[in-house]
Amino acid sequence: MDRVSLSPLSSVAICGGTHGNELSGVYIVREMQKQKVGKAGSVSVTTVLTNPLAVDACRRYIETDLNRCFTSALLSAPITDSTPFELRRAQELNALLGPKGSQEAVDLVCDIHNTTANMGLCLIFYSLDWITMHIFKYIQSKMTSVPVRAIQLDTPVSEAYSLESVGKHGFSIEVGPQPNGLVRADIYNTVKEAVDLTLEWLQEFNSGTTFEGGEVEAYNLVKSIDYPRDPTTNEITAAIHPELQDNDFKLLQSGDPIFQSFSGETVKHEGEELYPFFVNECAYYEKKIAFHLAQKNTLIVPSISAKKG
Amino acid sequence: MEVEEVVRLPRLSRVAVCGGTHGNELSGVYLVRELLKEQKKEEEEEEGEPMSVVMVLSNPRATLQCHRYVDTDLNRCFTHAILNGPLSDTAPYEMIRSQELNAMLGPKGSPGATDFVCDLHNTTANMGLCLIAYSDRDWICLHIFKYLQRQMPDIPVRYIHFDISHKESYSLDSVGKHGFAIEIGPQPHGVVRSNVYTAMKLGVQHMLDWIRFFNSGASFEGGVAEVFTMVKHIDYPRDKETRHITAAIHPQLQDRDFCLLHPDDPLFQTFSGETLRYKGTEPLYPFFINECAYYEKNIALSLARKKFVTIPAIQVQTDQEQQANEQGFTSEEEEEE
Repeated sequence: MDRVSLSPLSSVAICGGTHGNELSGVYIVREMQKQKVGKAGSVSVTTVLTNPLAVDACRRYIETDLNRCFTSALLSAPITDSTPFELRRAQELNALLGPKGSQEAVDLVCDIHNTTANMGLCLIFYSLDWITMHIFKYIQSKMTSVPVRAIQLDTPVSEAYSLESVGKHGFSIEVGPQPNGLVRADIYNTVKEAVDLTLEWLQEFNSGTTFEGGEVEAYNLVKSIDYPRDPTTNEITAAIHPELQDNDFKLLQSGDPIFQSFSGETVKHEGEELYPFFVNECAYYEKKIAFHLAQKNTLIVPSISAKKG
Repeated sequence: MEVEEVVRLPRLSRVAVCGGTHGNELSGVYLVRELLKEQKKEEEEEEGEPMSVVMVLSNPRATLQCHRYVDTDLNRCFTHAILNGPLSDTAPYEMIRSQELNAMLGPKGSPGATDFVCDLHNTTANMGLCLIAYSDRDWICLHIFKYLQRQMPDIPVRYIHFDISHKESYSLDSVGKHGFAIEIGPQPHGVVRSNVYTAMKLGVQHMLDWIRFFNSGASFEGGVAEVFTMVKHIDYPRDKETRHITAAIHPQLQDRDFCLLHPDDPLFQTFSGETLRYKGTEPLYPFFINECAYYEKNIALSLARKKFVTIPAIQVQTDQEQQANEQGFTSEEEEEE
């Protein structure tokens, strides 16, 4: 594959508190604002606490999940008195960092999240994008303290519902396990390292460095599995099986246990061999997701460097 | 020749197992629901006098919302003052509820109170299984503790003592004549982990087994128990204006509940990377390290002293002793040598 020349990136937004109880991002943004981080070399850095009301309440959201409010349809919907807070806020953020799909949009949006699942560090992408794949490759090569993985959701941009789809390029930094509502120093340090490496890469890229291409392994979301539920009350009747708990990204084969009911019975996985992730994510109980399943694919990324002049 | 003196204590005829006192501590919620289901299916077949076990979902509104509480922390609403105080129209939900629970399981301090109240909790701290009680001399609680330690060798089982008077004791388990909280972690709030649920199920099962054995006349040998008595709490360093925390629990302290903390050991890591150290002069045992719900209570960790308590042999009172006892409500302290 030939080397590809891409425009340098001039602006990046580091976002935290999109879910008000996922605290690494909240404290990273606050610390960056305290240190008055406004530039990284030639790249302008904007830091945003995206859902300040939810952060104050230490809740995921006030009325509706902010990180599902960024589809093109929702961003252009008229605002009325009854519009939920997060829908209004999404439109404000779109004006600040977008508009999504336009030339004015920020070059790169990094949105920081935490999960209760044992996922290490994951970068979550909507689509194949050589800039973000190279940033991933760079972070993966430099970070040795935790596993670093790429998750690809494969959604067309207009239907992409999360904050990072507002920028010309974007990804979520998702780090776990961390319970909602608390800060672990080790997780904070992992997030900080990932953010620092992202800013480092941008500066290197802009200064003319060529980044070698190669193979990148990514996990592509295939489907989600819900908990077994009581048909009348809709309450869950089982928890993630101990052999699956904390084993995100360990291949799940047909016959492997996935749930253990509260009365002790085992439910097994049937079907394709796939890779589970977001195993036992707290916020997904209400979204009817016990875990996601993915295929692992190898992607080829070309060498890239910044266009000159 | 020394003969071990056996302390005789009243039968525990009425037991309560409570879950969901904090609506997002889910092991207790699902365990109480499961036990209610099991109770419906079978009839209790008891040898000797029956023991009644009541299962209670203490804070149903908070449980529905999967929040710790709706208006105020239910598990701080059981002091004598709150239980006996007047309730205005605008009283917080949990204060109304604590008075309801007191009517159901108490009244606290009266001869009619439930014999044993066990309240189920989870913590985000790496505490294994802890029994939390107001007394270090309640032989029932301490014997159950020793029994759980023997029956559950795969999980650390510890006893935490909060030295607070009966009147000032503020949690649900203080409503019964005897009681403790079973606290198991680590588990994020709003999440059910199988291993934690199973540990809680076993803990409750063994506790109920012990109570049945006790009621049936078994005598339990004395021994020695290791008890952690709470000494003080330490808050996070905070910004003077915003009150936001400016540091997290240090990586070398995180998850190290009950590992002795020495003067000058790392305590916190600021968000700019500095290490802050323990400035106390006495080595103490930390617990509730990084409990999510305690950020708003200004507690980063709690510190305890460890001691050994000698427990006498105990056995249930005979019927005559029981009747004589019902004349007045005798406390355990009076039966001590």
